[in-house]
Amino acid sequence: MKLELQGASVRHPAARPGGAPALHPLSLSVAAGEAVAIIGPSGAGKTTLLELLACALRPEAGQLMLDGVDPWSLPRSGLQRLRGQLFLAPQVPPLPPRQRVVTAVLAGRLPGWSLATSLRSLAYPTDTTAAREALARFDLADKLFERVDRLAGGERQRVGLARALLAPARLWLVDEPLSALDPRRAAQATAALVDEARVRGITLVATLHQVDMALAHFPRIVGLRDGAVAFDLPPAEVTPALLEQLYAERDNLPAPEQPWSPPGLPIAATCR
Amino acid sequence: MTPPRDPAWQGRVFWSVACLLLLWPLIVATEFRPAVLFDPDSLRVTGRFLAGFLPPKVDPAFLAEVARETWRTVAIATAGMALAMVLAVPLTLMSARVLSLSALSGRMARGPFWLRQGVRTLLIVLRSIPELVWALVFVRVVGLGPTAGVLAIALTYGGMLGKVYSEILDSGETGPTQALLRNGGGRLQGFFYGLLPQNSAELTSYTVYRWECAIRSSVVLGFVGAGGLGQQIDSAMKMFNGGEVATLLMVFVALVALADRVSAWLRAWLG
Repeated sequence: MKLELQGASVRHPAARPGGAPALHPLSLSVAAGEAVAIIGPSGAGKTTLLELLACALRPEAGQLMLDGVDPWSLPRSGLQRLRGQLFLAPQVPPLPPRQRVVTAVLAGRLPGWSLATSLRSLAYPTDTTAAREALARFDLADKLFERVDRLAGGERQRVGLARALLAPARLWLVDEPLSALDPRRAAQATAALVDEARVRGITLVATLHQVDMALAHFPRIVGLRDGAVAFDLPPAEVTPALLEQLYAERDNLPAPEQPWSPPGLPIAATCR
Repeated sequence: MTPPRDPAWQGRVFWSVACLLLLWPLIVATEFRPAVLFDPDSLRVTGRFLAGFLPPKVDPAFLAEVARETWRTVAIATAGMALAMVLAVPLTLMSARVLSLSALSGRMARGPFWLRQGVRTLLIVLRSIPELVWALVFVRVVGLGPTAGVLAIALTYGGMLGKVYSEILDSGETGPTQALLRNGGGRLQGFFYGLLPQNSAELTSYTVYRWECAIRSSVVLGFVGAGGLGQQIDSAMKMFNGGEVATLLMVFVALVALADRVSAWLRAWLG
């Protein structure tokens, strides 16, 4: 799936009016089948950017185009069908604790299933083979019939990723997939995601805190800081100096930018 | 250096005192005079009433009748609860905010919002009319007997279940369900794959508790001729037959204890 952000800015629904937006007008385009890693300090807007791309947040200004279609111009049923073609994996794996792993993984299939099929799969899992193969990619095949709350944190996170392999999606948006994994598992999980996405021609956008993983596995790195793109380069051109600037403490920055306001926009006067 | 002061302290003191002051008119309004309880005259009357309960009546013919009526009471409560759930589950699915697709990104759309308000109002009407009043209505429609009790419980408890079910669903962890909806799943798929496994223990525990309440409320309904143990207690009271009342009350204690065990067992099983 082809992604195109044109000057899109986002403010969280719960944010105070007049506060700085989570994302400043931001433009980014990702070709179909491309793999992009988004890195940046905490609070840079990485998750917000993913939620924007997943049609989970509506841009306040600017536009998002998925395969040339503005999802927010679609009727609600059309938007929901489009959401079925993308897969957003949140940082905390969204798995009910009492569910079994097989059900949690097969839930990736739901957008393509009728209600009758979904209910039948609760009575007897429809495609246990596919579920086991997906889990095997993350070294979890033996946990197929375990309950989610019996798994360790890292195992839960990988179950959340295995769900992506079953989703009928053409775009994977993965938020911090490695936050609970040890270095070996992290490398294995990243390789599995990037390989599967390439083989299936799926567009992959992942946010990562592990810069080394991003540089080693992804052909394109986007650095995000304070809700704006700091750089957008192939890994070979991401220099240590750039990274230091990206993760620098706010006080060390050459130009302080406290009363930032988007250029060209009047400062909103708020009565509180 | 002085330790930092808790900024919430003054507010906490103020509201505690304010609540205590507000309680005063309530005490006046309910004529709360605990001394009456220990007045020798009332103690004597109460003692005589309670002494009539002993010994409980245990002759075989009466016990057989009690067993039959117990079964009928359990049947009224269970059938009433089953009908209440048939009523409550669709209303819950309509009113739970977490299953709203439009509320996934910002505010809920206007149509679904007013539908939810409408369903909530219906639930309020259903549960604000006491089951006793519904029973009096249905006794006139279907005549004396358990059917009136079943229908009365179904309507009032349908309203209660619908309200509490949707509050349980809305206040639990909503992340798994929202992830399913955000990835293109339908509302019912989100319910079966996200909300139900997430909240099954709470829903079960509340349902069993309500079944216990339905058993108790069938007593009151028995007083207006809806059958079951309640009708037995009513006639035993009218005949001043304390022994029978004592036996019937013990059956109730046993039923409530049973519900308690079933609930604990189900929750342990659901983990």
